[in-house]
Amino acid sequence: MDLSMKILVVDDFATMRRIVKNVLRQIGFTNIVEADDGSTALGVLKKDKIDLIISDWNMPKVNGLELLKAVRGDESTKNLPFIMVTAEAQKDSVVQAVQAGVSNYVVKPFTAEALKEKLEKVFSK
Amino acid sequence: MDVKYINPFINATINVLETMAFTKAEAGKPYLKKDQVAQGDVTGVIGLIGGVSGTISVSFTEKSILSIVSNMFGEEMKELNEEIKDAVGEITNMISGQARQELEGMGISLKAAIPSVIVGKNHSINHITKHPIIAIPFNTANGGFTIEVCFEK
Repeated sequence: MDLSMKILVVDDFATMRRIVKNVLRQIGFTNIVEADDGSTALGVLKKDKIDLIISDWNMPKVNGLELLKAVRGDESTKNLPFIMVTAEAQKDSVVQAVQAGVSNYVVKPFTAEALKEKLEKVFSK
Repeated sequence: MDVKYINPFINATINVLETMAFTKAEAGKPYLKKDQVAQGDVTGVIGLIGGVSGTISVSFTEKSILSIVSNMFGEEMKELNEEIKDAVGEITNMISGQARQELEGMGISLKAAIPSVIVGKNHSINHITKHPIIAIPFNTANGGFTIEVCFEK
């Protein structure tokens, strides 16, 4: 796993973005950009070369699932690794994300170790 | 109120703080709370509806929440500001999410509202139902906090 990869963290809560960034820094990542919602994220994806998206599920305007569908529907990003962050490990949500092509998902709260494990799985495929 | 509703919140609180903030919290003896005065200086409250309705709150002393959020952010927090308020909202959300998962396993499906956060000395916490409020005090190496659980059954 390349620790210099560019990661886009998407969450409407600044606090949660900060927590996720802190966890990513603990793993060893340094190249992290942020977006406060799915629509902002789509704007970032047009300008920047992103290697991984870590997105919250519940967001106003464009939510995580809609963002995932938009990413998978675009030729230039259709294979981009996409991790969904959700507070509810409820089966329905996970099934929807899997059907939409999510690479993996983490349930809040999660440790650096747990996220690292998921990322290693995604990048070993 | 059925005691089975309380344990998932205790377990979730311990787990969320340990996972996200590397903070070990030890639960004290639960008690029946008679008034609405918060035990802490900053409180997150969230309403839950579904099979049963109720509210839960998590009330942190200034010392405990500054230490917890410092650990979550990886930098030292020195005052109760907007960032601390947001963090308390997230912690409340995560506790509720994780407890609901455990309750779901017991066949009780609940939906959560958006948490609200109150800051100030001796503020009050209004639970939506008029049923008994069970308070559970917790201790950490850096001060204490209290969760309150109030359900209509």
